[in-house]
Amino acid sequence: MKTYKLIDHTADIGIEFWGKTKKDLFENAVEAMFDLIVDLTGINNVNVKVVTAKGADAEDLLVNFLREALYLFNGKKWIIKQCKLLEMKSGQIVAQLQGEPYDSDKHQLKTEIKAVTYHGLSIEKKAQGWKAKVIFDV
Amino acid sequence: MSEIKLERIDDNRWLLPQTGKMKVPGIIYANEKIYQLLKGDESTKQVANVAHLPGIVNYSLAMPDVHWGYGFPIGGVAAFDLESGIVSPGGVGYDINCGCRLMATNLSFADVKDRIGDLTTALYQHIPSGVGSTGSVKLSGKDEKKVLEEGAKWAVKAGFGLMEDLEATEDGGAMQGADPGQVSARALERGEQQLGTLGSGNHFLEIEVVQEIFDEAAAQAFGLRKGQIVVMIHSGSRGLGYQICDDYLALMVKHMQETKIELPDRQLACAYLNTTRGRNYLAAMACGANYAWANRQLLMHRTREIFEKTLRMAPRELGMRLVYDVCHNIAKIENFKIQGKMTKLCVHRKGATRAFPAGHEAVPVRYRSVGQPVLIPGDMGTGSYVLVGQEKAMEETFGSACHGAGRVMSRTQATKVSQGRSISRELADQGVLVMASSKGTLREEIPEAYKDVQDVVQVMHDSGIAKKVAKLKSLACIKG
Repeated sequence: MKTYKLIDHTADIGIEFWGKTKKDLFENAVEAMFDLIVDLTGINNVNVKVVTAKGADAEDLLVNFLREALYLFNGKKWIIKQCKLLEMKSGQIVAQLQGEPYDSDKHQLKTEIKAVTYHGLSIEKKAQGWKAKVIFDV
Repeated sequence: MSEIKLERIDDNRWLLPQTGKMKVPGIIYANEKIYQLLKGDESTKQVANVAHLPGIVNYSLAMPDVHWGYGFPIGGVAAFDLESGIVSPGGVGYDINCGCRLMATNLSFADVKDRIGDLTTALYQHIPSGVGSTGSVKLSGKDEKKVLEEGAKWAVKAGFGLMEDLEATEDGGAMQGADPGQVSARALERGEQQLGTLGSGNHFLEIEVVQEIFDEAAAQAFGLRKGQIVVMIHSGSRGLGYQICDDYLALMVKHMQETKIELPDRQLACAYLNTTRGRNYLAAMACGANYAWANRQLLMHRTREIFEKTLRMAPRELGMRLVYDVCHNIAKIENFKIQGKMTKLCVHRKGATRAFPAGHEAVPVRYRSVGQPVLIPGDMGTGSYVLVGQEKAMEETFGSACHGAGRVMSRTQATKVSQGRSISRELADQGVLVMASSKGTLREEIPEAYKDVQDVVQVMHDSGIAKKVAKLKSLACIKG
């Protein structure tokens, strides 16, 4: 089941996503971003990458975390299907990302995400959990 | 934003009054029709946000193609004092030196009307486009640094073009002050494989025909005539530029507190121009700009080769020459008269084109008597315009004009309204052959997702910022 929805932005693409816990929220963010980039059906969780991100506050941490995950695709040609947070403390997270190397014959790319922006960024605690918004430059 | 009240200045300009912590007022170039479109958009608020930045001079400006961006509006122009002002990576954009390049040929529509399909197929096959595409030129680390320092000059020296191409490129295709030492390993890594690629989204290569001439003298100076076949390329600095912007944005966000600058939006993170951080960004940004010029030079060279081969014509016979190459995402140090005194400023053009008038020393000698060509692409169906910069631009807009039609519909909305339609068929009915590596891109880029480029261009023309020279109609379009 999808854990995010697209939000309208004139030039770019934004997503609103949720998580039962803050940890869920961060994990869902990475999975939602990759769902925008590529068709995730049939991707195997064969390889593991561990990334660390830091941030001045929760929003900054989210942007920096997504930046690191996006770099795995843009710089290293990795497709990430699953994200598991190993450690989450104030200002820092360590996550295990699983997926497989990008193969142009096998994978159908959908959107080129240039970057994760700070514009319109929000993270909110709701009665049922957490909600966040991020806008990507595409 | 509906709560911001704009005051009409004249038929083509609206004043955004200075309120709160804004340091200057804003001015938006718009006619009544475009003004109505602004109401549903966040861009007015973004014009106001930019006016909060330190050292901003005169006005926070928006061109008539203005629309909601991130941080700066797209279509935004703002100039900053070198001592008290800032430079903002978000005010340049991720795609540093995204820009347009227009090439003229000796061909007339009648010569190629039956060959458009062959040409388009060949261009589509040989010019890498789309998400994740890699270029035909693999750069060694040493070569990549040369690209960053020398831009289009590197490409010409490496055999991808002619010296005369450089004369018709803004800044001669090489921005001064580029320092590859300020570019991260990640950015270099991303740049290695993408030189000579078109990209995706709104980037394109179009075969067009000159449909109408408005200004004979300027058209003649630019080498344009009615019925002539031309090629327009829209592309930028690819992953290298995106990474440079992202790296410096992260760095500036991290150090924002030290600067004591209050920002209405974190995406506007910036550094004072007279600091090491500010200077380093400009040196890295120049590398991104140069990469983009080398990229468009390579794309042009391939286009030349493909036309010559497909049509079996000698270079001289085809006569494919560069009319001009302009960037529309950039920060540049330029001179303007401020309160009667020539002053060096850092002009941010975020989705805006330089539009220098006749006589300006930065205009190529061959165009100096008429002014700088300003290239304005429209949507896939409508075609493009060539304008020429006017003196009024120096007085009012820091030598800047619009850069395109400007979106009115989000990508998701465009995808929704185009559901079940064959966009390539619709465009074929209008005489435009389209080839795209992604059907999704075509749907996101449907003509009605954009403002009418004719309205946008007319505002620039009527306000005297840039005058219409020629209208170009699309015949074929390659999209990523």
